[in-house]
Amino acid sequence: MPKDSSNPMGNAWLHRYSVLVLVCTFLLVIAGGLVTSNEAALAIPDWPLSYGKLVPPLEGGIRFEFAHRMLAATVALLTLILAFWIQASEQRLWLRRLGWMAVGAVLAQALLGGAAVKFVDPKPLSIAHACLAQICFGVMVAVVVGYALACPPEDQHQHWQAKAYPTVLAATAILLQTALGAAVRHNLTSAIPHIVGAGISTALVMWAGLGILIHHMEDTLLRRYATLLLSLTFVQVFLGVAAYMSRIATADDPQPMPMMIGFTVAHVAAGSLTFGAAVALALIVYRDARPANAVLAHGGMAVA
Amino acid sequence: MKKIWMGIGVVCAVSLVSCGGGGTEAPKADAGGGAAAPAAGGAGAVPDEANGATITGKVMFDGTAPKEKTIDMSAVPACTRAHANAPAKSEEVIVNDNKTVKYAFVWIKSGLPEGTTWKVPSTPVMLDQNGCMYKPHVIGIMAGQNIEVKNSDPTNHNIHPSPTVNQEWNESQPPGSEDKMKTFARQEVMIPVKCNVHNWMRSYIGVVSHPFFAVTGDDGSFTIKGLPPGTYTLEVWHEKYGTQDQTITVGAKESKTQDFTIKG
Ligand code: HEM
Ligand SMILES: [Cu+2]
Repeated sequence: MPKDSSNPMGNAWLHRYSVLVLVCTFLLVIAGGLVTSNEAALAIPDWPLSYGKLVPPLEGGIRFEFAHRMLAATVALLTLILAFWIQASEQRLWLRRLGWMAVGAVLAQALLGGAAVKFVDPKPLSIAHACLAQICFGVMVAVVVGYALACPPEDQHQHWQAKAYPTVLAATAILLQTALGAAVRHNLTSAIPHIVGAGISTALVMWAGLGILIHHMEDTLLRRYATLLLSLTFVQVFLGVAAYMSRIATADDPQPMPMMIGFTVAHVAAGSLTFGAAVALALIVYRDARPANAVLAHGGMAVA
Repeated sequence: MKKIWMGIGVVCAVSLVSCGGGGTEAPKADAGGGAAAPAAGGAGAVPDEANGATITGKVMFDGTAPKEKTIDMSAVPACTRAHANAPAKSEEVIVNDNKTVKYAFVWIKSGLPEGTTWKVPSTPVMLDQNGCMYKPHVIGIMAGQNIEVKNSDPTNHNIHPSPTVNQEWNESQPPGSEDKMKTFARQEVMIPVKCNVHNWMRSYIGVVSHPFFAVTGDDGSFTIKGLPPGTYTLEVWHEKYGTQDQTITVGAKESKTQDFTIKG
């Protein structure tokens, strides 16, 4: 039953809850990255049970893989609740759909993770799992930002659409870039396509981000998110170089070394944040943003 | 509102395409030499040690031996305890006192008469997980021969070989559980084996469709006995230094020496 979304309390709590789900999804991305970097993916050879039990012996690599599985189950549950909540209290159809899309993505992700275990870590599955993780995060960002934003009046729409293309393009490039990163991580390709991709996506981010900074300096929200995207992209490039160098420096070591794990997981995590910032910016540009509290104050118009 | 959907749709579609097309995996079957072997203990030729040829040799190391790397087992106390006296060292490169290399795999890569099926030994080769290390680090078996995988440790291991032409598998082995009997059907030099619970644990299995192979030990030497007369490609494989081939011709009852030198 779609209720009136102008109930400020309901809105505020739903917004907070969606942020919580987003944070948990981000933690899950980090947990997944830790699994891969510690080469612990197959420490538990069975799924959905672990060593035939609900809780396996928590030793060595098993700890990483099991923590990842538990966090994944939590996020799946949280996302499901979020979708129902949005369904019940939100009138914007696209937002309700986005909520269910997040559920679908998380469930597909769990199945992919399980399949990667069952079929003994085939590269395409593991890479698909890494890609879908980014998509899960991106969809959650869209839910959070979409929920917090009000709709622009219809006449402004046309105007903003054209402006959205650079940011949509930048977001797409970053997503592809994370896919190439996963291919490197799972030894499917060399680092070269990923490095070339970094050049291209950084250029696209600068095109989109600087364009916004130049033309919309007066708009606080746009300025903030454009700056966020630009900074995250630069941090990400730095972390990528660090991850690459630490990988080379520790290539002869008998096991994954903490420095390499640290930089690599930071690179995976910052990759999600960069993609998330691009998705957020694209939505804000597209939707002619007003800050979240404007939604609360004006009771967010529903245009589905 | 349609346009937003299109935007998101495009992002997702593009990413799915890019992920889905992420990789064409090497075909798992029939990519390598060696037909499927007969079951262990079945019929087949055995090396003729009385009339066949013998190749012996050493795998020498040229250069300064790399420094031994200490393994950090602190993540799993059960493993640390097994090495209370001295921390475990990586077995990737072991240069023996006589300047030879341990754990090099030497085998007849080609030249054997076509069509001979060699008898598969009925005794298994032991691969022990002991002190959170594989003992031994490198083994050789015939295709179809049993490997007896043992867990001597008070900790859980998973055994995960990643072959390219054989079937891949991954199984856990809790402490005190029964030994596992495992075989590989096709020739493959070498199959890396990993434990993901203890991410430093690594070993290699050489699977050969005939019995003419050896792993060097503490004196870096190898002996291959009972070869039919002929011209062979003899290959040495080392985990870090890769492979080297030599061509060698032997007659009946002949003994020849063929050394290899690995440059460090
Ligand atoms: C529910 C949402 C999930 C998300 C967002 C997620 C996210 C991730 C991420 C970001 C990675 C790292 C990929 C990389 O480092 O390239 C990863 C790895 C992994 N995840 Fe998940 N995961 C989820 C669910 C699951 C589930 C349910 C399983 C079930 C076993 C699972 C199993 C794995 C495994 C085995 C890896 C390592 C893949 C490899 O190294 O080949 N994941 N995950
Ligand atoms: Cu182990």
